[in-house]
Amino acid sequence: MGKIFFYVALALVLVSGLVFAPEHAGLAIHPMDQFQVKPLFGGDHVGMFTVTNVTLWMLLAIVAIFALLVLGSSRRAIIPSRAQSVAELAYGFIYKMVEDVAGKDAVKFFPYIMTLFMFIVTANFLGLIPMSFTTTSHFAVTGVLAVVVFVAITVTGFVLHGAKFLALFWVSSAPLALRPILAVIEVISYFVRPVSLCIRLAGNIMAGHAVLKVFAGFAGALGFASFLPISAITAFYALEVLVAFIQAYVFTILTCVYLKDALHPSH
Amino acid sequence: MASNTHDAGHGAADAAHGSSGMPQLDFSTYGNQIFWLLVTLVVIYLILSRVALPRIAAILNERTGTITNDLAAAEDLKAKAVEAENAYNKALADARAEAQRIAAETRAEIQKDVDDAIAKADADIAAKAAESEAAIAEIKAGALESIKAVATDTAGALVEALGGKDDAEAVQAAVSKRMEG
Repeated sequence: MGKIFFYVALALVLVSGLVFAPEHAGLAIHPMDQFQVKPLFGGDHVGMFTVTNVTLWMLLAIVAIFALLVLGSSRRAIIPSRAQSVAELAYGFIYKMVEDVAGKDAVKFFPYIMTLFMFIVTANFLGLIPMSFTTTSHFAVTGVLAVVVFVAITVTGFVLHGAKFLALFWVSSAPLALRPILAVIEVISYFVRPVSLCIRLAGNIMAGHAVLKVFAGFAGALGFASFLPISAITAFYALEVLVAFIQAYVFTILTCVYLKDALHPSH
Repeated sequence: MASNTHDAGHGAADAAHGSSGMPQLDFSTYGNQIFWLLVTLVVIYLILSRVALPRIAAILNERTGTITNDLAAAEDLKAKAVEAENAYNKALADARAEAQRIAAETRAEIQKDVDDAIAKADADIAAKAAESEAAIAEIKAGALESIKAVATDTAGALVEALGGKDDAEAVQAAVSKRMEG
């Protein structure tokens, strides 16, 4: 059955390649167009409160999260339905991560970290829908997420430990002569954290989507041989599904690691 | 096909924005994105912290409780089963002992009856034997008497036939003497 479907799809691709190929005179690939922020209801100006495709896809993220975690668990079944088990799985996954990585006293931050993770993972997966807009491919979005994490953790550290939080940068286990140098390095690495969080997430998602688009452009231009880039897209799409989850996971677990630093600053 | 539709609008959009390739670096959209992101995060946080997370935590707790209870109940039932088995074994052993006791009792009773019957039969036999013996003795005595009479008569007749005189007394005495000898 699957084989037949595959061959039919391949035949369709080849035929459509033959039919439509003449329209594409040359390579016209614009892989970055998919990231453009556009007003939904006409006009060209993007003001602060304009309803744009960003608004739409963030709203869809909220709807997806609501559907999964609230509607999915609405039956409160002892023996869970499929949606409820996914919701429980997500809950258990992040809860255990917070507890294991950041420590037991970090559990009070669990709702915030869960919010981060659910938003990123949902936005990443929604972005994999063809023709969609990926909110997490923008530095503005990931930058805000990273800055929120950075500020929250720094404030938590100073509120809980006061000036002792600075011991984070003073490696007391190193030889005394090395400590000032290490302190400088530690301070720099501390301030690089939000930057790396921001660039890692947006960069991964943007690069993957751009590559997909480049291959799609080839498929449009190659005509008869377009099955080659299309199979490449299929393989790359699988990788992107993986990346979508892994980047959300990485962002969350790094947040937990930083949170641990804020709760227990001494080395 | 996706790229097709994008291609159509590309030139116009590019001209309008004057963007240099990366929409990520178009700072004019940052305010919009940040505003909607913050709204989204707050909404998601409220959904999670007010509804979703407490509910899922409650479900998980309830399940843990149910599983613990079920395990305890299973343990209970297992203990009961062992108890029932022990009771059954005990009842079986009791019944067996009872059966053995009843069998022994019955056997003893029967033995007693048999013994009684044998004793009674022995007594009967002894009585009958004594009776018979008496009868035999009587008959024997009777027979001796008859023999004596017959012998006396015969002797008397013989004496007479030989020409003698029937001296009854002498004959009787002679017969008695012979019979004792």
